[in-house]
Amino acid sequence: MSVVTLTMNGRLISARQGESLLQAAREHGIEIPTLCHLDGLEPLGGCRLCLVEVRGSPRPLPACLTQASEGLVVETDTAALVEYRRMIVELLLAERAHTCSVCVRNGRCELQAMAARLGVDHVRFEYRYRLLPLDASHERFTLDHNRCILCRRCVRVCDAVEGAHTWDVCFRGINGRVVSDLDRPWGESTSCTGCGKCVHLCPTGALSRTVDVGDEAARERASLLRILERRAGIREEGA
Amino acid sequence: MTGTELAVLAEAEDRRRRGGEQRLLVCCGSPCMAAGAESVLSALRGRLAASGMATEPDLVGTGCRGPCSRGPLLTVQRRDETDAIFEHATPELAVAVVDALSRGADLPGEGRLPERFPFLTCQTRIVLANCGLIDPDEMGQYIGAGGYNALARVLHDMSPEEVCAAVSASGLRGRGGAGYPTGLKWQLVRKERRDRRFVIANGDEGDPGAYMDRALMEADPHRILEGMAIAGYAVGAEEGYLYVRGEYPLAARRLGKAIAAAERTGILGSRVLDSRFRFRIFLRMGAGAFVCGEETALLASVMGHRGEPHSRPPYPSRQGLWGCPTLINNVETFANIPAVISMGAEAFAAVGTAASSGTKVFALCGELVNTGLIEVPLGTPLRRIVYDIGGGLPDGREFKAAQTGGPSGGCIPAAQLDVPMDYEALQALGSIMGSGGLIVMGEGSCMVDIARYFMGFCMEESCGKCVPCRAGTFELFRMLDRMANGIARPGDMEDLERLCRMVRETSLCGLGMSAPNPVLSTLRWFRDEYETHLRERRCPAGRCAMNGEAVPCPS
Amino acid sequence: MQEHRETAPLTGDPKMLLVDRAMQRVQCRPDALIEVLHTAQEAFGYLSRELLAHVAAVLGIPESGVYGVATFYHFFTLQPPSEHSCVVCIGTVCHVKGGGELKDALEKRFGVREGDTGCDGRLYLGTARCLGMCSLAPVMVLDDLVYGRESPAGSVEKVGRALEVRSDRNGAGRTGRSGG
Ligand SMILES: Cc1cc2nc3c(=O)[nH]c(=O)nc-3n(C[C@H](O)[C@H](O)[C@H](O)COP(=O)(O)O)c2cc1C
Ligand code: SF4
Ligand code: SF4
Ligand code: SF4
Ligand code: SF4
Ligand code: FES
Ligand code: FES
Ligand code: FES
Repeated sequence: MSVVTLTMNGRLISARQGESLLQAAREHGIEIPTLCHLDGLEPLGGCRLCLVEVRGSPRPLPACLTQASEGLVVETDTAALVEYRRMIVELLLAERAHTCSVCVRNGRCELQAMAARLGVDHVRFEYRYRLLPLDASHERFTLDHNRCILCRRCVRVCDAVEGAHTWDVCFRGINGRVVSDLDRPWGESTSCTGCGKCVHLCPTGALSRTVDVGDEAARERASLLRILERRAGIREEGA
Repeated sequence: MTGTELAVLAEAEDRRRRGGEQRLLVCCGSPCMAAGAESVLSALRGRLAASGMATEPDLVGTGCRGPCSRGPLLTVQRRDETDAIFEHATPELAVAVVDALSRGADLPGEGRLPERFPFLTCQTRIVLANCGLIDPDEMGQYIGAGGYNALARVLHDMSPEEVCAAVSASGLRGRGGAGYPTGLKWQLVRKERRDRRFVIANGDEGDPGAYMDRALMEADPHRILEGMAIAGYAVGAEEGYLYVRGEYPLAARRLGKAIAAAERTGILGSRVLDSRFRFRIFLRMGAGAFVCGEETALLASVMGHRGEPHSRPPYPSRQGLWGCPTLINNVETFANIPAVISMGAEAFAAVGTAASSGTKVFALCGELVNTGLIEVPLGTPLRRIVYDIGGGLPDGREFKAAQTGGPSGGCIPAAQLDVPMDYEALQALGSIMGSGGLIVMGEGSCMVDIARYFMGFCMEESCGKCVPCRAGTFELFRMLDRMANGIARPGDMEDLERLCRMVRETSLCGLGMSAPNPVLSTLRWFRDEYETHLRERRCPAGRCAMNGEAVPCPS
Repeated sequence: MQEHRETAPLTGDPKMLLVDRAMQRVQCRPDALIEVLHTAQEAFGYLSRELLAHVAAVLGIPESGVYGVATFYHFFTLQPPSEHSCVVCIGTVCHVKGGGELKDALEKRFGVREGDTGCDGRLYLGTARCLGMCSLAPVMVLDDLVYGRESPAGSVEKVGRALEVRSDRNGAGRTGRSGG
């Protein structure tokens, strides 16, 4: 496996050929914010939080989808990038109804944590507050569209790891939302195996256990992450 | 069919056409059809049958002739005489024309287009050479006009590399909007070491106010097929897909017929023109999604998925359909190819400007005396198009702006009327060439309203995959909507510009990247109009409601 | 690259037979989904859940995938068509020339909202972003007939006249909210 050298935030770092800038950064302790990406799932490039500046490129590039290559000069935290990231989080918060105080994920939410990390203390955009339905038909899980950020982790894990492909996205743009089967209530889905993978990986309060049994959930999530780690390993070897 | 047979057929067709004393051409493009071309055609047919003329004139239903706002158009071609073109033709006129012809009398003098009608005479027709002059459903007429000659030449006398080199030398650039050098793209696909490659013609034409590609597909479908086949030979592909916008069933029908006719005669298929080159073309219908014009979304759609773009690289030239190298060009780009071959690269490059060679087809619309389809050399000044070809604005109204490039483009103000229409010059003004929509607006149009209109369009057409475009266009639309309704907030102007920059820089695909263009370009040339909306809560053009009501969010 | 699948017609409905034949013609290849949905909508006038489920099963595509595609494209509609359909163009040229006023007038007079049906479900009012006849702007399509250079008063009158006629057209070929 060949190794390439690149410059990141002024530091010379090495990376494996074909590895993403995101992976390379993480291996060298450089944290690039992400929301849609998870190692082991097909990269999506949807949240745009991982954008970095690469010398010679007219616009920022997503670190999760850009391959490391020899001689790249990368900046991951310029003022412009930080401002873009803040705006993205603000847009996400305004897009649906994020009232953390009454949310099941309050305190354990990746979006909330991202907002805190980026110093988003107020949202410049008008909240949309369009109440979307809540699907509580499943005996163990609940889907609350009001908290969904359309990162599609659920879609990808259910398809690629569980093989059920219960979820997909329907409609488009601002009206898009996740959907199970033919828009049947989740509880009546014929494809869902009830494995809970989507619930474990959802970064927000959109997918949750109806009765959250803390320890068990944490254990299951940990073992799922190990599966994904292995997948990521396999993908790299295959690549 | 072999090359020789092709030549024989062409000659026969030519002789037949020359032998006929007269031809009657009825424009059957969609606009003329909507204006009643069908009834003119059937009136002609009926009267001709009843007239018992010895040599009955050829009656041809053609594609778009150009001046669509004057349709239906009826053209009478007689030997040794200039064409007589009748505008707003009616069944009664059809009867009168047939009667005049059968009596050998003069044609009716009423309702004719002026003999030297600048709308037609100021054009250079290369791509549209046959449009409005042949029956698109008759392959013989295309061949009679020299069609498929370039393909035969290429197959028998040129190597694929030579074809790529010729296209490069012609300086042809993509007509789908971005103006990427076509020859370079072909060479990229050709270079990939893979067995299977594909060619795709992009006929999605998403710009909501333009119809060049539609007219081309309806009027001269074989020209596009010929261009695709030449491309297939040059890049080493055996399969082509033609993606037609869902709203264009007539274009799809004519293309389908054309493909069937070409396959029946061996112009397409396993031995193209009796050579060892194999090429087939499949038709795919879109289903109403602007973003599917974007090349990676187009690939997804051809493969039966949601039309969602993916991040580039990898570019389609490396990984396109089913992971194979794929050449994607606009249909007008393909329609240029036969001309590049038959005129020769040098002659082609001599048309237009040094950096933008050839011609461009525009759908010239809006507040003009003459609207319709035109083709002019690249670099033609906008003023010439608006005033000479378009005849200026009606009732002596003042020109305010011209919009090019649709939702990805911008507005050109009156002070820039002398801009040459080429890729770089338009870009320098903050607009783009786009696919060829050209909309002229007078004083009654409000630039804030136009910006809001296009933002609403992008919001509705956003696929929703990435956050800046999905939520950003929605937010931008809300801001512009507040301005148009007189309820903008003090910080809205700054937020608007900031968010525009962010959406442009961070979106995943061209739709989001260019969605702020209409706003940024109107801000650049018409900032005072925004200010008036904001500070005085007044719309100078009197177009915006300013009624203090916010339009409800889309549900 | 795709395997063949056994296809048993769901019902004896001749329309369903059309759809099944379309699927067989493409050897049940999943990449032909959009073509198949075109055929299905042409036959039935809209895409019902049952129809989508059948297509999903035969083409071997997950149901949510089929639903995602059917709702992505403006051309496909999941609602049964109404008796009359009126589509007003609000492409750029039509917008500049007053397509919006046409739409507003129709909405007001017939109490129907764009993208919805009104008049006891008898009238569907849709919009399109350019019908490719910009030189005739503003353009309206009423029950598949094109009217150019239309005025608000004229469009209200034409739709009113159409509503006087009871028809049982199944709306096949109705232009939905058409996007790009
Ligand atoms: C949002 C979007 C819409 C597009 N729509 C079209 C279109 O309708 N027709 C087209 O030919 N190209 C369209 N393009 C450009 C294509 O992506 C692609 O560049 C083009 O088809 C390449 O052909 P060319 O090199 O011949 O121009 C669009 C691009 C974007 C980003
Ligand atoms: S999902 Fe996260 S950000 Fe949204 S309301 Fe819940 S805790 Fe807050
Ligand atoms: S439900 Fe959760 S995992 Fe799925 S798209 Fe929404 S936020 Fe992402
Ligand atoms: S519980 Fe498992 S099978 Fe069911 S939707 Fe979630 S990931 Fe898919
Ligand atoms: S920019 Fe818009 S259209 Fe393009 S991928 Fe993002 S959401 Fe989809
Ligand atoms: S993590 Fe790269 S785009 Fe979301
Ligand atoms: S359609 Fe007849 S002139 Fe354009
Ligand atoms: S804008 Fe209405 S037909 Fe083109």
